[in-house]
Amino acid sequence: MAYFEYQNIFTQVQVQGEPEMGMDNENNMASERTKGASFSTLAGLVGNAQLGPIYLGWAGTVSLATGLLWFNIVGLNMLSQVGWSIPEFIRQLFWLSLEPPGPEHGLRMPPLNDGGWYIISSFFLLVSVMSWWLRTYLLAEQHKMGKHIAWAFLAAIWLFLVLGLFRPILMGSWSEAVPYGIFPHLDWTTAFSIRYGNLYYNPFHCLSIVFLYGSVLLFAMHAATILAVSRFGGDRELEQIYDRGTASERAGLFWRWTMGFNATMEGIHRWAWWFAVLTPITGGIGILLTGTVVDNWFIWAIEHNFAPDYLAPYGYEAYGTYSDFGGIGQGGN
Amino acid sequence: MLPKWFDDWNSSNPTNIFGPAILVGAAGGAVFVAAMLVAFGQPYATESQQTGPRGTGMHVQEFAMNLAAGDPTVADFYTDEPFVPEPGEALAGDIYENVQVLGGLTDANFNRLMNAMTLWVAPDEGCTYCHAGAAEGNYADDDLYTKVVARGMIQMTQSVNENWDAHVNANAQVGVTCYTCHRGQNVPNNIWYRVSPVNSNVAGWSANQNRVTMVSNYTSLPSDYLETYLMADANGDYARIGVHDLESRVQQQPGDPLIQQTERTFAFMNYFANSLGVNCVFCHNSRAFYDPGQVTPQWATASMGILMVQEMIAEHLLPLQDVYPAERLGPVYGDAPLAACRTCHQGYQQPLQGLNVIANWPELATTSGEPDYSAFQ
Repeated sequence: MAYFEYQNIFTQVQVQGEPEMGMDNENNMASERTKGASFSTLAGLVGNAQLGPIYLGWAGTVSLATGLLWFNIVGLNMLSQVGWSIPEFIRQLFWLSLEPPGPEHGLRMPPLNDGGWYIISSFFLLVSVMSWWLRTYLLAEQHKMGKHIAWAFLAAIWLFLVLGLFRPILMGSWSEAVPYGIFPHLDWTTAFSIRYGNLYYNPFHCLSIVFLYGSVLLFAMHAATILAVSRFGGDRELEQIYDRGTASERAGLFWRWTMGFNATMEGIHRWAWWFAVLTPITGGIGILLTGTVVDNWFIWAIEHNFAPDYLAPYGYEAYGTYSDFGGIGQGGN
Repeated sequence: MLPKWFDDWNSSNPTNIFGPAILVGAAGGAVFVAAMLVAFGQPYATESQQTGPRGTGMHVQEFAMNLAAGDPTVADFYTDEPFVPEPGEALAGDIYENVQVLGGLTDANFNRLMNAMTLWVAPDEGCTYCHAGAAEGNYADDDLYTKVVARGMIQMTQSVNENWDAHVNANAQVGVTCYTCHRGQNVPNNIWYRVSPVNSNVAGWSANQNRVTMVSNYTSLPSDYLETYLMADANGDYARIGVHDLESRVQQQPGDPLIQQTERTFAFMNYFANSLGVNCVFCHNSRAFYDPGQVTPQWATASMGILMVQEMIAEHLLPLQDVYPAERLGPVYGDAPLAACRTCHQGYQQPLQGLNVIANWPELATTSGEPDYSAFQ
């Protein structure tokens, strides 16, 4: 029954047959690709059933190699911290971390056991991330695509660079960088916010949250709309852009009747792209200003009438007392 | 099984019953749950204590059933009214040998307090826990380390009740006795030892954090906050507890809070909150943790508590280092066991839920050696 066909968390149409090997144009792209391709029904449930061929290229190779170096330096440092005990490493994995150097080292190269490994591994991570970015750019160029993916990725890299490179340099200390650990980087986030007077009062943090939640909302609205009209061919979005069919008409009509305005088959992707890239761009600006330009966001917000100051009387008489809340003594807070 | 006409009618009238069945089932289930909630009440009801200005959401929350259950050790607190001394009554210091601290008590009150201490600290072992020769009537010897420690602890209790009145009797008379920490056990729960550095092969800030330890409350925050903030350094100074300073970056001095010091302070504050069964907004307005102008009244009491613990450690607990046998010393450094917020509070805003433990024990409320029995005359 068609009713069920479109209400499914898995992709309902799988194409398996002769593998699509892609172009082999003047760039000799095929010569550097792996030769084989296979099909996976499991992969087909969530994506394309065809696996491969893959093209790694020099940028991908550099990225993988340096990325693995970073990964192993972090992991071996964690293992070293638990005295090379594998069971303890597994038990403490989420708690362990490779920490940046202490503040006393400034921007100098610290001893290996006090942040030196952090600096070395961060260098490899930097090379890895930047060469992976280059790969997204070069691959898009070879495919004669726009560079939208590369620029979007660069927006995320901007936030990454602000956190680990630009801001520590402006602050004059590598100790301002983020530790490499599961829980420790979350502790860092809390401490960073508290140290600089509460990041919630940072307007760029506000903007970043708006774009983040906005991205989620747009993603859900768009995905739901397309799935809802895929029975009319709405999933063939590109065709619908230049030859608007009943799927586009219905989807547009739905939103126009719902909220008086609708995106187009093309425009919705521009909305989504901008919301997505503005999340880390605004967030990165907010982080970069923290401690460098603004030392305390709460005070900044009070000064700019962005946060209210409490005025007397404070309503002390309404405060609860312990004797009303489990205490068995006589009164008091 | 069913009549033929029924099967015939069903096969000629196919109907999708799943849609209505799911709808009726879901709606009926919701009505049933709602009816049960109305009839029996919300099983996880909460209560809250407002701690800040209206509209700021500052409050401490507890499950009503936990509040009702309370601290199980409250009921086991032994207390007994003192015997008001008659003029000219003989004193324990004259009757017994080697009574160094409680010599000014009358015989009846001395033995009353000794009995209470046994019930508070060593109910199973009895007198012999501190007095090796108790069976032979010899109570004077200081052979056992427990007796020497107990003497120091009596002095500490007297000092806390007398000199730290602003903390232990901040809002109402509560005070402390041996039972506040011991709760019927030889060694109190929630004592602490130094454990930092917790990580191998690293130095600096990497070494004191990112490990599951009791003292880190199972977080990856620093494990060295108690020893840093509550124990004096070589110069007799205490590290600054802080998350922020109002100086600009270029004017910062060494030791001013950076992200690392903030994390350590956060670890300490987490310990505070866990010890008292409260949250951040019990003492702070969380929109500006650093701002002393936005704290709650409890903040002052808590700050007094920090100073009190610093003094307790320096003057009463560390000096006992050489008295303890090896099995009472810390696992890493062989250091003397120390106390902090949780040792007394044990998860409650006031120890033993604010039970007034000192009322009947004027002997423990003064360091003068001359208890004030006027309340009982």
